[in-house]
Amino acid sequence: MKEKAKILDQEGISRAITRIAHEIIEKNKGTAGLCVIGIRNRGVYIAQRIAECIKKIEGKEIETGALDITLYRDDLALASGQPRVRKTEIDFDINEKNLVLVDDVLYTGRTIRAALDALIDLGRPRSIQLAVLVDRGHRELPIRADFVGKNIPTSNKESVEVCLQESDGSEEVLIAERQ
Amino acid sequence: MSILIKGGRVIDPENKIDAKLDILVEGNKISKVAKNIQAQEATIIDADNKIVAPGIIDMHVHLRQPGREDKETVATATLAAAKGGVTTVLAMPNTQPAMDCPEGVRLLQEIIKKDAKVNVLICGTITKGRLGEELSDIAALKKSGVYAISDDGCSVDSDELMLEALKKAKQAGLLTICHSEDKKLSGKGVINLGFNSTRLGLRGISNESEYKRVRRDIELAKKAASAVHIAHVSCRESVEIIAQAKKTGIKVTCETAPHYFTLTEDALLGYDTNMKMNPPLRSKKDLMAIKQGLKDGTIDVIASDHAPHTENEKDIEFERAEFGVVGLETELSAGINELLAKGVLDWPGLVEKYCLNPAKILGLEAGRLAKGTPADIIIVSDQEPWVVDKQNLVSKSKNSAFLGYSLKGAVDYTICKGQVVYKR
Amino acid sequence: MAWTKKDLLGLEYLSPEEIELILDTAESFKEVSTREIKKVPALRGKTAVNLFYEPSTRTRVSFEVAAKRLSADVINIATETSSVRKGETLIDTGKNIQALKADIIIMRHNYSGAANMLARALDISVVNAGDGWHEHPTQALLDIFTLKEKLGKIKGLNVAIVGDIAHSRVARSNIWGLTKLGANVTLCAPEMLLPVGIELTGAKTSSNIDEVLKKADAVNVLRMQFERDEGTAFPEQLDYFKKFGITEERLAKAKKDVVVMHPGPINRGIEMSSEVADGKNSVILEQVTNGIAVRMAVLFLVSQAREAKNEHID
Repeated sequence: MKEKAKILDQEGISRAITRIAHEIIEKNKGTAGLCVIGIRNRGVYIAQRIAECIKKIEGKEIETGALDITLYRDDLALASGQPRVRKTEIDFDINEKNLVLVDDVLYTGRTIRAALDALIDLGRPRSIQLAVLVDRGHRELPIRADFVGKNIPTSNKESVEVCLQESDGSEEVLIAERQ
Repeated sequence: MSILIKGGRVIDPENKIDAKLDILVEGNKISKVAKNIQAQEATIIDADNKIVAPGIIDMHVHLRQPGREDKETVATATLAAAKGGVTTVLAMPNTQPAMDCPEGVRLLQEIIKKDAKVNVLICGTITKGRLGEELSDIAALKKSGVYAISDDGCSVDSDELMLEALKKAKQAGLLTICHSEDKKLSGKGVINLGFNSTRLGLRGISNESEYKRVRRDIELAKKAASAVHIAHVSCRESVEIIAQAKKTGIKVTCETAPHYFTLTEDALLGYDTNMKMNPPLRSKKDLMAIKQGLKDGTIDVIASDHAPHTENEKDIEFERAEFGVVGLETELSAGINELLAKGVLDWPGLVEKYCLNPAKILGLEAGRLAKGTPADIIIVSDQEPWVVDKQNLVSKSKNSAFLGYSLKGAVDYTICKGQVVYKR
Repeated sequence: MAWTKKDLLGLEYLSPEEIELILDTAESFKEVSTREIKKVPALRGKTAVNLFYEPSTRTRVSFEVAAKRLSADVINIATETSSVRKGETLIDTGKNIQALKADIIIMRHNYSGAANMLARALDISVVNAGDGWHEHPTQALLDIFTLKEKLGKIKGLNVAIVGDIAHSRVARSNIWGLTKLGANVTLCAPEMLLPVGIELTGAKTSSNIDEVLKKADAVNVLRMQFERDEGTAFPEQLDYFKKFGITEERLAKAKKDVVVMHPGPINRGIEMSSEVADGKNSVILEQVTNGIAVRMAVLFLVSQAREAKNEHID
């Protein structure tokens, strides 16, 4: 891996999440029927932070959940290194909810496709919106995010690495040349 | 036509020879054993750096003919024998029909005359059909030319009948060979009884089922004042019982097979049906006792218990697979690897177990390399490695316990009755 | 840690880490069965064949449900051994199933080692659903999964296995699995039903059920099969119940929260009384539920390993 460039630092991440929280409230006209569900792993932490922000702003708890999409991946057979199946933890009814799906990086769109299939197996939300910390482009499916922390134009040769305190012990978004 | 074997290390324990000598073969006999023999007309075989020994006399071979020619025939088994350095085999009588009457023996003799590449001696049955119910006509069998009797694969359960058989065999001047197994004790067992049979979920065969019958057979031999030869000894208690009997002067001899001094029950852990034989591969302790018995002379003979089976009979569920392994082509190499290389026996010791002692027990002239003895000779490269695989086995069946093994010791020439019957 | 084995044949040759991986994966799969739509597409387009040479409704159905919840297609082949004896060999049957492009064979067989033999002969995955007296790995895994769920851990637990150990594949798999994960296993049976050398697995043996129950955190009660005739003299049913049957009186002297398990089907009044089978300590039906999650995990892991291997070859 070549020298990494820092795209977002701790404050940058924090500002992006706060802005997303505001936009979610604005778009949904409050928190009624609102819930956020993160895609494992890092999406879950970002979803929790968004929920905290919304609570600070609106003073209301919203429901959060964690979604594991391993079993819905279209590249299960091709996956290099065995994906570990983790638990989906959504202990509330998603029917008729305005559901915000959260992930760290939006790239080909295939993860989101898998997540949509997984969610639809769990119920019929009124709407599903998508929030991502980073959108790096190169979509392979007709999918776009409703809320984006930062758009980062990248080449296919680059990799985007999101580090969060909960999973990685630091707070930053890095971009690097893949070898 | 004469053959001159030059410069090999000639081993003949009977005549206490272990030296670099030449051997001249004329006709079907050895005519001279000496240094620097000159013979203008003879075909010369250079045996420099090689072992020159008597051909192996294998006392326990299943030719499967007549009856199961799909497994093996006289022709294919004797081809395998020649390749393995075996110049005489004793054909076990569990053919179909069993060798329980002179007519059967004559039929087999015809086939042997036509097809055999090495000497084949016939063993008759003790009882008719090997059923343990009625004695065969032992005197008639002797007359027809059998060298021993055995109910191979079965033991005569009745003490009275077995005693009678031993007496009759003695009268007829025949050796009695015992498959010593109490089937009431071994039951439906398929591998050695112990931790491995427990972890594999297979029924076990106890040492007891062997040694109790060994003890009985020896006691009956003592009563009948007859000689008895115990086949395929596999466990430590049997070795001990035989050692004790020998000390008290009972005329008992015995054999073991290469798998019992090479492999243990641990070879069964993958359910390999080529490791399934009867008696079964035993524990490490038993293997050590077998080696000790070979070293101290309790065990007289190494025989292959060559038991060919088709793939159809082996490539099935373990419990349904047939018992037995082929061994003619690997028996000498196994001895070189496990006994010679590990210091259990030296070359004269090996020749005793494979050649001289079987000759003495069966009353044969072969098994020695002296002037006037039959020209049954093998020339061996005892350091030459080879890998046992299905492709290089010439036996009709490939059910070897040593598949995939790299063994040292290859036979370069097998000479039987003065003819080269195998050349590597 | 990645799963690398194309087959699951037994627990004897698995590492503690591999067993933990199956249990952890099963935990994730358990959630699927709680959904309205109890199905995930992980094995969509894959074919699993239930090849059963011994009648077994519950194991076969459990595997079938597990495979279907993973979206695999399931084909059931039930064969009487007697007709197979006359017909094609096991390996031929297996190769035919492989030629149909099936992905997994789930096999129950009355001969020990049959699954090992089939796995060696085939490239597709073989999952052992019980072979002779040898192993029944998914049963043991679901027993251990249930124990871990109930008691929070396996390490250090005192687990008693009661019944016909000698002829039990469930016992063997449980012994390997539990001892590898650090449990103290005691086998409790009449002397003649304890097989030779079983203590070399690390398990202890006893013929005194009351003593064993005193210390036990869990007791796994095996099904007594009196109909089996193997030349062994089996104890009289009533006599067995008196000496080894798990009754309320016996349990009263055990730890209050002792977990009572049974692989089923239960012989009520022979190895266990009805009151115990239906009582508060019994987790028998939870075992059945957990069986689905464990089997889903196994089917998923073996097919993943096989895909990875095939890719490697290409």
